Amino acid sequence: MSQAATASPPAPARTARGAGNLGDIIFEWACRGAGIFVLLLLGAIIVELFIAGLPAFRAFGIGFIWSTEWDPVQEVFGAGVSIYGTVVTAVLAILLAVPVAFGIAFYLTELAPVWLRRPVGTAVELLAAVPSIIYGMWGFFVIVPAFATYIQPTLIDTLGELPLVGFLFQGAPFGTGIFTASFILAIMILPFIAATMRDVFEQVPPVYKESAYGLGATTWEVMRGVVIPYTRVSVVGGIMLGLGRALGETMAVTFVIGNANRITGSLFGPGNTIASLVALEFGESETGSLKLASLLALGFILFVLSFIVLATSRYLLRSRLKA
Amino acid sequence: MSMTLSAGTVPGPRKDPEVALALGRRRKRADLVIRILCVLATAIGLIFLASILTTLFYRGFEAMNLRVFTHVMAPPGSEGGLLNAIVGSLIQAALGTAIGTPIGMLVGTYLAEYARESKLGNIVRFVSDILLSAPSILIGLFVYQILVLPFGGFSGWAGVAALAIIVIPVVVRTTEDMLTLIPNTLREAVIGLGSPKWKMIVFVCWKSAMSGIITGILLAVARVAGETAPLLFTSLGNNAWSTDLTKPMSSLPLAIYAFAGSPFEDWIALAWAGALLITLSVLLLNILARTVLRGRK
Repeated sequence: MSQAATASPPAPARTARGAGNLGDIIFEWACRGAGIFVLLLLGAIIVELFIAGLPAFRAFGIGFIWSTEWDPVQEVFGAGVSIYGTVVTAVLAILLAVPVAFGIAFYLTELAPVWLRRPVGTAVELLAAVPSIIYGMWGFFVIVPAFATYIQPTLIDTLGELPLVGFLFQGAPFGTGIFTASFILAIMILPFIAATMRDVFEQVPPVYKESAYGLGATTWEVMRGVVIPYTRVSVVGGIMLGLGRALGETMAVTFVIGNANRITGSLFGPGNTIASLVALEFGESETGSLKLASLLALGFILFVLSFIVLATSRYLLRSRLKA
Repeated sequence: MSMTLSAGTVPGPRKDPEVALALGRRRKRADLVIRILCVLATAIGLIFLASILTTLFYRGFEAMNLRVFTHVMAPPGSEGGLLNAIVGSLIQAALGTAIGTPIGMLVGTYLAEYARESKLGNIVRFVSDILLSAPSILIGLFVYQILVLPFGGFSGWAGVAALAIIVIPVVVRTTEDMLTLIPNTLREAVIGLGSPKWKMIVFVCWKSAMSGIITGILLAVARVAGETAPLLFTSLGNNAWSTDLTKPMSSLPLAIYAFAGSPFEDWIALAWAGALLITLSVLLLNILARTVLRGRK
């Protein structure tokens, strides 16, 4: 079908008026111009953030990226803590979300009765439509108290006693912190990963699955032996898409992460991410100050991070998810 | 039933019926366990959605009254509402969509009608997909750099610009998808009648894809209605009544952000009311978009 479309339809014969011809040229260039505009827009965002962050890179050099100092009084700024928080919360969110998303996608493609697939699928996708700030509020007023009273004390008493990994779960149960932020992020990216996985699972040719069933395989064996190998690359692409979203989420994280500019070993400790730090401190930065430049430099770093992740995701998904 | 299946994976005496039966039972059990886990996973997803909605309905309706819609924000303890935030949100979302939609439609048309396989088309498609998932806070920072700094202050227009940038890729995606679905025979028929290509696109292709394009616009409105981060650095928020787009402007998400973190009971209640308003409109827009699209198929 796309083959036929590529060979563009024959140009209409020149009419005496030629008005259609001029209209064609104008319209085509309007469309192409809009396309080029979008291209320039992305380029402008990257260049603009880099230029704006340049004073910070000049002042602190490449060490800006790993320096963990953030001292507005001394005018010393480093990106280390917020990059650490961004990466840790995003990765932890992926670890929490992927198994659940896989279960949902598996349920929706193979297990659920047909009449139930659409309503459940829609409900999960609506989860993706809820704005970030609502997750933040819900997290702040519902999840944080629940974590502080029930979940964190339990985890501290049990997992905190373990050798080697126990330190991750020690500390005071404030309810806020890195772990809570990851938890909220996991819920937010869950529908994206589940929807992508479902879409790619549905594209496995039925005949492959039927032949495996014909051999007497169970549903799980068909999943493990046929569907997952067939869709592996796209599944990873879907997970990367979720990771890209988790890296840049702002409002939800800002509400629950505790916002502290230090790295605590414990997952229950407070922290910050690039996005939450920028959202919180931007208002308190003077125009032209080194602090503002540092925040914009952080924005540039975040853009580079998410660009790499999202581009990889698109590359992996390109073959399967054309639509 | 399936005793002879995994010839390669089962060492051991395949002919022994006892072993084969035990193996079959084990495989069935594994299958059952996974099935149960998957149902649980789906239940978890649905429980979160239910928890968010019930919390919002419970706390939101509690705080909802006429004053929310008739009064502007006021200091804690003095009977304020959200009128200025609601109006600000409506203005900025409407203008952002109005500016972003035509650009997005043209780009989508370019991708579907002029550049399906061309190199530039592929790059534009890729860039638009990146913009679709890029962190929205960065768009706020960008607009701050190009509109707020040079023009000397936070303004409603800057907020509108940030939202328009967020609208574009959403509309691009649906426009392209919907135009790609139109059969080529239709295009050939129109061109065969001697119509110029632009007329074919505008009067035939766009018209047939209209319900899909409207879906995209609805989804875009839903998306920008809840955006907060990009507005922090552009329209900033405003506690007073203002419809002047050259001044800082309030909006519901910013009001929620400011009020939810405050220590005052009545402000927190207003934040819940605002959250309920936003979520209801976003979910309604999404459901509406789905209905429009399904009517087409």
